Amino acid sequence: MLKTKLFTLLSLWLMLAFNAQAKLEIVITEGVDSARPIAVLPFTYVGEGKAPQDMGKIVAADLKRTGQFKPLSTSKLPAKTFDSQNPDFTPWNALGVEAIVVGEVDGPTDGKYQVTFELIDVLSEQQSPAANHVLDKRRTKIKPVQVRQFAHRISDIVYEKLTGERGAFLTRLAYVAVDLNNPHPYQLRVSDYDGYDEKLVVRSQEPLMSPSWSPDGRKLAYVSFENNRSQIFIQDVYTQERIELTSFPAINGAPRWSPDGKKMAMVLSKDGQPEIYVMDIATRDVKRITNNRAIDTEPNWSPDGKSLIFSSERGGKPQIYQVNLATGVTKRMTWEGEMNLGGSFTPDGQSLVMVSRNQGQYRIARQELNSGYLDVLTKTSLDESPSVAPNGSMIIYSTVYQGKKGLALVSMDGRFKAKLPARSGDVRSPAWSPYLN
Amino acid sequence: MELNKVLKSLAVALPMMTLAACSANNEETFENQDGMNPQPEFPAGETGAVEPVDMTEEEQLVAKYGAGILETTINFAYDQSDIAPEFRKVLNAHAQYLVSSRKFVTVQGHTDERGTPEYNIALGERRAKAVVRYLQSMGVPADQLNTVSYGEEKPLTMEHSEAAYAENRRAVLVY
Repeated sequence: MLKTKLFTLLSLWLMLAFNAQAKLEIVITEGVDSARPIAVLPFTYVGEGKAPQDMGKIVAADLKRTGQFKPLSTSKLPAKTFDSQNPDFTPWNALGVEAIVVGEVDGPTDGKYQVTFELIDVLSEQQSPAANHVLDKRRTKIKPVQVRQFAHRISDIVYEKLTGERGAFLTRLAYVAVDLNNPHPYQLRVSDYDGYDEKLVVRSQEPLMSPSWSPDGRKLAYVSFENNRSQIFIQDVYTQERIELTSFPAINGAPRWSPDGKKMAMVLSKDGQPEIYVMDIATRDVKRITNNRAIDTEPNWSPDGKSLIFSSERGGKPQIYQVNLATGVTKRMTWEGEMNLGGSFTPDGQSLVMVSRNQGQYRIARQELNSGYLDVLTKTSLDESPSVAPNGSMIIYSTVYQGKKGLALVSMDGRFKAKLPARSGDVRSPAWSPYLN
Repeated sequence: MELNKVLKSLAVALPMMTLAACSANNEETFENQDGMNPQPEFPAGETGAVEPVDMTEEEQLVAKYGAGILETTINFAYDQSDIAPEFRKVLNAHAQYLVSSRKFVTVQGHTDERGTPEYNIALGERRAKAVVRYLQSMGVPADQLNTVSYGEEKPLTMEHSEAAYAENRRAVLVY
């Protein structure tokens, strides 16, 4: 009886805690002056019934968060609509707007909304007034639960048309929330990239660490201390199906999925001190990659899957090294700063993103591989666990602000910065998902 | 709280002889006692008892293994895993206790929050292993010793100051 009651209370609490509202919210702290002016009009609702969430607002927020666009605020829009059949560019030109996103929502019919949107090129009108100014136009039917998702899809299309780069708006974040006042203080959660639609993946009374996405965005590998020791688990985020991947003596840590999804790089200390290993996920065969008396940790794959980078103390303080998996040849990659660790490749394989310590300060930095040029991107405190968006535009990392551990974003050029304050407790170990579409 | 736990488990393992002796005394009656004491003016056949004066669990442990047995935390300097001299008496006491009791102990390694979480797992293990090596050098068999590194994941205090960091850099003996 009491058990049932407790269970009901618990479920209720879970539902309250994990509704569709954003637990994390992106707050821009440093914008970019040269951001391109753009207009995203509120999507007109022409259906009967209650209007769905304004998709225009979601698209505008998406574009603003890239640091590359400056959407006009709704109050400054010279018009609430734009008729591409009968266009009047005058007021938009006057405001220097480069492009307009205009949309319409109808329905629901048979439980689905019909969404139409157009992307209008205002700049081209100035150059060739007679040309077709509609850069893209699409119409689709979506379920009411897909409103946010399709708005992100529109953002992807707009971003790619205007920048030539793929957008990363249909992606997710995994992170560990820590609240010692909670009966389950350690919680691995997943949300949309913008903090919305947060879901619990696993919660525990003991630490959870190091989430890593499978390349298809379907599974997470992570470390759990639920059995009072470290073990690596793999969990399907859709079905909740979970397997224990490793339970070797001593450290089982830092799992990282190979680009083909078949192998897992990890840190084990079963043979003495922490070393890098690669496990074949299907056969569970483990191959030792490093062999050194110093600490070797934080493996990460090169985009081609042929080599691993890792942090090692073999030269004294931790620096980043690269090992060719076929030949075993190992070379040091970082030379600047007191120490460099937590390295990962950018998706194009041209740069390293890492934690760089200088004068005792831990900062997120990017190093160009060809030139060796090191660019320190952040100036917050105790910055660590950088994870790069799949399109290479942005890095999410953990930092300390207002006395709490929280997440923050910085663009790859360091010019755009935002923080993601949590409502309660600390948030750490972010992992940006691959593309989900 | 950790201390309570270890004391409880230590107390269970303590030889029960002192306690047994005390309870034997409890059952003795005044009547049976030697003629040195004046005969109590109680009717024959009725007995009485007083509470034995007993050492607390802590006092018994200290008497047997030294004051160090009450400590279970070893602190470390920044980025270091050497056992500082002031913690030797703690580990010596535990080594003696482990040798005589044949109990198992898990040595947890912890770090402060500076440095990356994965690096700190490695550093925490190094600290736990330094403690294990010390206990082994004092004669504790390896099969009674286990380590787990929590790195920076289980701080004692969530504050972000030098004092908090010093408190969080530790190895903890958990029985």
